[in-house]
Amino acid sequence: MADIVTLAEAVAAHVHDGDTVALEGFTHLIPSAAGHEVIRQRRRGLTLVRMTPDIIYDQMIGAACAQQLIFSWGGNPGVGSLHRFRDAVEHGWPAPLALQEHSHAGMAAAYAAGAARLPFAVLRGYAGTGLPQVTTSIASVTCPFTGEVLAAVPALRPDVGIIHAQQADPDGNVQLWGISGVQKEVVLASERSIVTVEEIVPHLEARPGAVVLPSWVISAVAVVPGGAHPSYAHDYYSRDNGFYRRWDAVSRDRDVFSRWLQTHVYDTADVAGYHRAVEHERIGA
Amino acid sequence: MSAAGGEGFTTDEMMAVAAARHLDDGTVCFVGIGLPSQAANLARATHAPRCVLIYESGTIGAKPTRLPLSIGDGELAETADAVVSVPEIFSYWLQAGRINLGFLGAAQIDRFGNLNTTVVGAYDHPTVRLPGAGGAPEIASSCRETLVMLRQTRRTFVEELDFRTSVGYGEGPGSRERLGLLGGGVSAVVTDIGILEPDPQSCELVLTHTHPGKSVDDARTATGWALRVSDAVRATEAPTEVELAALRSLRYADEEWAGLGGGGA
Repeated sequence: MADIVTLAEAVAAHVHDGDTVALEGFTHLIPSAAGHEVIRQRRRGLTLVRMTPDIIYDQMIGAACAQQLIFSWGGNPGVGSLHRFRDAVEHGWPAPLALQEHSHAGMAAAYAAGAARLPFAVLRGYAGTGLPQVTTSIASVTCPFTGEVLAAVPALRPDVGIIHAQQADPDGNVQLWGISGVQKEVVLASERSIVTVEEIVPHLEARPGAVVLPSWVISAVAVVPGGAHPSYAHDYYSRDNGFYRRWDAVSRDRDVFSRWLQTHVYDTADVAGYHRAVEHERIGA
Repeated sequence: MSAAGGEGFTTDEMMAVAAARHLDDGTVCFVGIGLPSQAANLARATHAPRCVLIYESGTIGAKPTRLPLSIGDGELAETADAVVSVPEIFSYWLQAGRINLGFLGAAQIDRFGNLNTTVVGAYDHPTVRLPGAGGAPEIASSCRETLVMLRQTRRTFVEELDFRTSVGYGEGPGSRERLGLLGGGVSAVVTDIGILEPDPQSCELVLTHTHPGKSVDDARTATGWALRVSDAVRATEAPTEVELAALRSLRYADEEWAGLGGGGA
């Protein structure tokens, strides 16, 4: 059964220095508040895993939480570069960042294998690309039935998987809907898991296409309204496109970024404080 | 925003229109953000209403009325025939060979349509770290055809890629077959100068069209290898009023919704 706790308690209990940590959410339901809490608690030496490291990983990398990144696409969607990610790779600031890079198809297959507790995943991918030369976790395997040579990637088995969802019930069962990404897979692939939710409702209503995760596969549930900002939560709030655009200027400069991190993360106690800081900046700008 | 060339349309608009014309009605497309999304939605709004738009976020049959800023915008899920998980979209749909046409962009392309979206410079010490592969390697290998859209300069059209993220025709004839790739490869490259298509024998990209106001020399100057030009190179037909009106109504909705100041893709 999942413990229903505060986000600070969940991160303190389940995210440790040196862990392999995956925050997932494919453009939708990105668990940003949980990432901020990891920064606040000054976790170090993490191997961060995420298909699309976008703003939240730019922040975690810039805050020196990470020593390695396993990913498939690192950009600011619809805007351009991730400047903190680039600074770490190109100049080693604030610390060098080792990369293991895949394609989306490879990452998705690796999560699915992790969820199934299989050692590796098979896919038709990577052939003829430069990726197998730079990423040691890409190999090939021969089908024992047909002889076809296919790509193989080791299963992703994070120490901690973290996602954001719309709702939980009082027992800690979780439901999310809309674009569901790899959220089910990352929770089932991980040793421990944290789910932040918009709210706890008395009963989860059946919804077509929704993902339901039973309480007993989740370690901790925390109520964090607005916890996916600047991404969105389907049927709760929309994407803050202006924030994605403004992030480009904030993240370009180390000092501007460091001040942003201070006022929006270190100086705030929780997601409500973060939202006040975002609102203050928007009005002040 | 790209400059209008005095013809009453921008180079971005010319690219979107030229790519849209490439889509037949009913084509099942794997669509990315930016110009590809504009092109696919323009095709759907004009000559190809039954085009099926699939975004890698798992939205199948999306029918957005405003252009999305990311491949996972809520509008795509709300208008889709089906929303599936990311592992499913890449395994059951893309790698299974169900997609007719995939759109790709790149920072670098070579004469065989191989693409780089990973690094400029050496991999271990890049001068520019680019976003990386995303869905591109398997889109390039699995779709029946791929349509590449990028601006043509000596920095983008290079003799040798700094990194091969996605395979076009590899080293030339026979490469795709040796690699066991299911899809057919690049069918056209739409640039701000014209259109290139692979030679059926050599697989090398050949300039087949120049856009209004652009010349063969413009294309040669903007290419980092000795560009081959078709004996029958033709002028691209300028965007029609119907195409421009449809495209601008899509973009207007995007700018209004996103609160943007009127920028292009």
